[in-house]
Amino acid sequence: MNVERLVQMANDIGRYFAAEPDREEAVAGIAGHLKRFWEPRMRTAILAHLAAGGEGLDDLARAGVERLATL
Amino acid sequence: MLSIVENDLGTPASRAASRVTLTIDGVPVTVPEGTSVMRAAALAGTQIPKLCATEMLDAFGSCRLCLVEIEGRKGYPASCTTPVAAGMAVRTQTPKLAGLRRNVMELYISDHPLDCLTCPTNGHCELQDMAGSVGLRDVRYGYDGANHRAAQKDESNPYFTFDPSKCVVCSRCVRACDEVQGTFALTIQGRGFDSKVSASQDESFIGSECVSCGACVQACPTATLTEKSLIDLGQPQRSVVTTCAYCGVGCSFRAEMKGEELVRMVPNQDGQANHGHSCVKGRFALGYATHRDRITTPMIRKRIADPWQPVSWETAIAHVASEFKRLQATYGRHSVGGITSSRCTNEETYLVQKLVRAAFGTNNVDTCARVCHSPTGYGLKQTLGESAGTQDFDSVEHADVVLVIGANPTDGHPVFASRLKQRLREGAKLIVIDPRRIDLVRTPHVEAQHHLKLRPGTNVAVLNALAHVIATEGLVDEAFVAARCEGPAFAKWRAFVGESRNSPEALEAETGVRAEEVRAAARLYATGGNAAIYYGLGVTEHSQGSTAVMGIANLAMATGNIGRVGVGVNPLRGQNNVQGSCDMGSFPHEFPGYRHVSDVAVRESFERAWGVPLHDEPGLRIPNMFEAALDGSFKGLYIEGEDIAQSDPNTQHVTAALTAMECVVVQDLFLNETAKFAHVFLPGSSFLEKDGTFTNAERRISRVRRVMAPKARYADWEATQLIAQAMGYPMNYAHPSQIMDEIAALTPTFTGVSYEKLDRLGSIQWPCNEAHPDGTPTMHIDAFVRGKGRFMLTQYVPTTERVNAKYPLLLTTGRILSQYNVGAQTRRTPNNMWHNEDVLELHPHDADERGIADGDWVGVESRAGDTVLRARISDRMQPGVVYTTFHFPESGANVVTTENSDWATNCPEYKVTAVQATRVSQPSEWQKRHEAFTHEQLSLLRGARQTAPR
Repeated sequence: MNVERLVQMANDIGRYFAAEPDREEAVAGIAGHLKRFWEPRMRTAILAHLAAGGEGLDDLARAGVERLATL
Repeated sequence: MLSIVENDLGTPASRAASRVTLTIDGVPVTVPEGTSVMRAAALAGTQIPKLCATEMLDAFGSCRLCLVEIEGRKGYPASCTTPVAAGMAVRTQTPKLAGLRRNVMELYISDHPLDCLTCPTNGHCELQDMAGSVGLRDVRYGYDGANHRAAQKDESNPYFTFDPSKCVVCSRCVRACDEVQGTFALTIQGRGFDSKVSASQDESFIGSECVSCGACVQACPTATLTEKSLIDLGQPQRSVVTTCAYCGVGCSFRAEMKGEELVRMVPNQDGQANHGHSCVKGRFALGYATHRDRITTPMIRKRIADPWQPVSWETAIAHVASEFKRLQATYGRHSVGGITSSRCTNEETYLVQKLVRAAFGTNNVDTCARVCHSPTGYGLKQTLGESAGTQDFDSVEHADVVLVIGANPTDGHPVFASRLKQRLREGAKLIVIDPRRIDLVRTPHVEAQHHLKLRPGTNVAVLNALAHVIATEGLVDEAFVAARCEGPAFAKWRAFVGESRNSPEALEAETGVRAEEVRAAARLYATGGNAAIYYGLGVTEHSQGSTAVMGIANLAMATGNIGRVGVGVNPLRGQNNVQGSCDMGSFPHEFPGYRHVSDVAVRESFERAWGVPLHDEPGLRIPNMFEAALDGSFKGLYIEGEDIAQSDPNTQHVTAALTAMECVVVQDLFLNETAKFAHVFLPGSSFLEKDGTFTNAERRISRVRRVMAPKARYADWEATQLIAQAMGYPMNYAHPSQIMDEIAALTPTFTGVSYEKLDRLGSIQWPCNEAHPDGTPTMHIDAFVRGKGRFMLTQYVPTTERVNAKYPLLLTTGRILSQYNVGAQTRRTPNNMWHNEDVLELHPHDADERGIADGDWVGVESRAGDTVLRARISDRMQPGVVYTTFHFPESGANVVTTENSDWATNCPEYKVTAVQATRVSQPSEWQKRHEAFTHEQLSLLRGARQTAPR
C-alpha cells in the first residue's frame, strides 16, 4: 500500500477528531475508525510505518495509530 | 396522448377528508369535498365530454364541452370547474346539453384536418372520442373557411413533433408546462382565431426554453404533440409498469410496448415518486437500450493489447472462475474483489456482494456510492442511526422553508425539482447554498430568499456559521432537543458551535459569504415553519463530506425540523439505485442493512443462510483496491455496470491500477472506458430486460419489470449466479423475487418486503417490517432509529487542495439535465442535441484575464493531470471558480480531479480541485493518448464482432 497516502488518510481522520475536547476520546475514536473501516493490509501497513518512525503522522493521528496497535 | 391504459378522470383528486353526497343523473354519489362535478361523475361511471380537462392539471373551463345542468342553478356550468355540494342534483345528459356540445364540436372539427385514418393517435384521440361522444354527424360551416390546416409542423425536437394544424388551443400543453413542469416555456400567442400555441417567443421547440420533459405531449388531447416513436412505430399494444433507470427520483413509468418493441415510456399517474411527471431522460432517452454499440456476446482475451475473442457464455464463465481461482491460489484469498453500480437492481447488487463474500471468501466488495453518497451513509448513521433520508418526496408539499445545499435539482433530479418549484410558487421560502447560481436561484415565479454563494470547500464552515446563529440567538428548539437527543453530546455541540471562531463574521473571509446573509438564512431556517434540507453531491464529494452531512443533521435536530412531514434531511441520490445498492450490503464493512461484518450475531445469521464461514474484517474500498493493485496485492476484479475509468478521480491513477491487474471482468451494455482495460467482457442487460427492484432517494422500493427478453441471453443476476456456480458455490435462484425473499429474511428493515406486496402496494418505503407493514414514509417520528439523536462535532478543516500561484482557480464538477453520469446511456441518444461535449464554464473576469473567448479551447491543469475543454463564459460562476461535467470520456474531466477524499469514507473530493486554465490550440497529451488507445481498442472489438457467433 502507498504509505504516503495512508498517512494522509490517517491525518485526515485525526483532524476530524481533533475537535473532540477529551483527547482520550479522540484517540479512541481514531483507533476505532481505523479498526472499523480499514482493510487489514492497510492497518498492517500503517502500523509498520509507525514502527519505522511514523514520519508524517500528525500528533493526534499518531496517537490513534498507536492505540490501534493495542486493539 | 395519455397512456393507453389510464382512465383520466378529468380533474385532480381532492384530498379533503370530509365527504359530500350528491346525485348525478339521479344516482347518488359520495366523494371528497372539493371534488369537481366532472370527476365525481367519472368516479360514478359517467363520462362527461371534455377536451381542456385532464386530471394531471387544474380545471380550466375553456372548451365548453363539459357543460352540465344543476338543479336550482342558472345556465350550464362547466363540470370541470364546479365543485360538488351536498344535495346537488346534476344532469349530464339532456337534449339542451347535447345540442350545445354538438355546436362546440362542430366549430372544433370545422378547423381540423380530417385525416383520422392516417393520424398517429387514431383510436386514442380525445377529439375523435368527443366527436363520437356528442354524436357529431355533420359540420354546417363546411371546411373551406379560414382555418389552420396548412400550419407548418415543427419537427425540431428529436423526440416529438408539434403539428399546429391539429391543435384545438385547449391550453393543456401550456398549463402542463406551467403547473407540472414549472418551466413556463409555452404560451398562447395571439387572440381569438389567431390564438396559437407558441414555444418561448414563437421559436422552434428545440430553440426554445422547453426542457423536453414530455408533460405537454402527455397532456395533448389530439395528435398536435406526438412522440416521434409513436408516429414511426404505431400504437402500443400493452403497457407494463416499471421504474426509470436514471436518477434517484425513481420515476414510475408505463413501458408501452408493441410485441418486444418499446414504443414509448409514459410517466405513470399512479407513480408514488413522480405522480405522472417525467424528464427528458426517463421519458425519451431510451435509444441506448437497442443501440448498435451494444455487445451481446461474451468475449475474453489474455492481455488488453490482444484482440477480443468472442466465446460462449459457458466458456466465458469457466474462464472467469478459473482465473479468479488461480489468482486466489497464487496471491491469496483477498487478492480479488467486486464492484457494483447504482445502475444495478437491488437483487443484482445483493448477489454480487454475496458472490464476493461467500464464493470469493473476502469482503472486497464496493459500489459506486463510494464516490457519491458514502458520506451520507456514514453521517446519518452517526447522528440519526440510519443511513437514509428521512422523508418521502410528497413531504415537500408541507415545507415552509426549503434549504438546498450542494444540489442542483433542476438538472440532477428534475422531476423532484418540479414538485419543489410547485411548492415554492405556493409561497414556501428558499435558501440555496451553492458556489454557482444554479437555475433554482431564479426561475419563473421562484426566487431564492437567500443564495449563499460560498467558496468551494467551505460547506462545513457555512453549516457551522448557521449553527452558531441558531445556538447563540436562542433559536434552538429546546423542548425537542431535551426530549429527543443525547444531552451531553448536545451540550458539547452547543459549546463548540457557540465559539466565536464559528460565527458568520469570523468565517466570512473563508467562505466568501456575507455574515448578515448567513444570519438571515439561519433565522429563516429556524423560525420559518416547517424547514426541510435537500442536499446532493455538492455536500458529500468533499474532504469533509461526512462532516457536512453530520452538520446538516445537527441543524435539523437543533431546530426540531425532523421526525414529521414537511421537514427532514433529504439526500438527493445521484443515480437510480444509490440508496438500494448501499442497503444491499455493497460496502466492504457492512452486510445488508448496514450491519458491520465484525458483528458476530449478524455474521452468523448470514453464515447459516449462506452455508459458509464469512470473513470478519472490512474489505477494500474502491480507491483502496486501486492502491492494492498498484502494490501488487490485488489482482482480479469483477465489475458489474460501473465505469471506474471514467467516473473515478485521477483517471491515470485508475487506469494504472486496472493495468496492474491480471483479470478484470466487466459486465456492461457497452465497451465502456473500463472495459478497454478488461480481460473478460460479459454482456449486460438493460433495465427493460430484467426483473428486479430499485430503491430511490426516499427509500422507496419499486419494481423493475422485464418487458423484453435479454438481448444477450442472460439477465445480469443470472450471469452473477453462473460465476458463483462455476466457483463451486451453489446459487440457484429461479427468479429475482427469490433473491428479495432472501434479503427480507436476513435484513430487519426489509422483513415485510416481497414482490407480492410490491405488486399490491405499488411501492414500499423501508423500513417495512412487523412494526411498519406497509413501509415508512417518514422516519424518526417518535424516536430516532438509534434512540436519541446524537449531535456530532463538526470542526471546519480546510481542504489541502488550495489555490496558489500555479493553480489559482478552483474547479468543481457536476452534471446537466440532458446527460447522465458517465453518459454511457444518454450519449447514445439524441440527447446529444442539447449537450454534445463537456465544456469549462468560467466567469467573464477569469476569461478576460486569460484572453479566453467563449468557444475557445482551454487547457485545464491540476497537480493530477491536464485536459482541454471548450470554454463557456458564464456569470453564474463566481470569479475564481470554474465548472465542468464528466459525461464524455474524451473530456477527461477526471484526469484533472485528485484522489483527495472524505476523511471517513474515501468519497473523492470531486468538488474542489485547484487548477489553472489557459487558452490552447490542441488537445492535451492525455487526450491524444486516449484517442489512440480508444481507436486501438475499438479495432480489437471490431475484429471480435466480425467473428461473433450469430
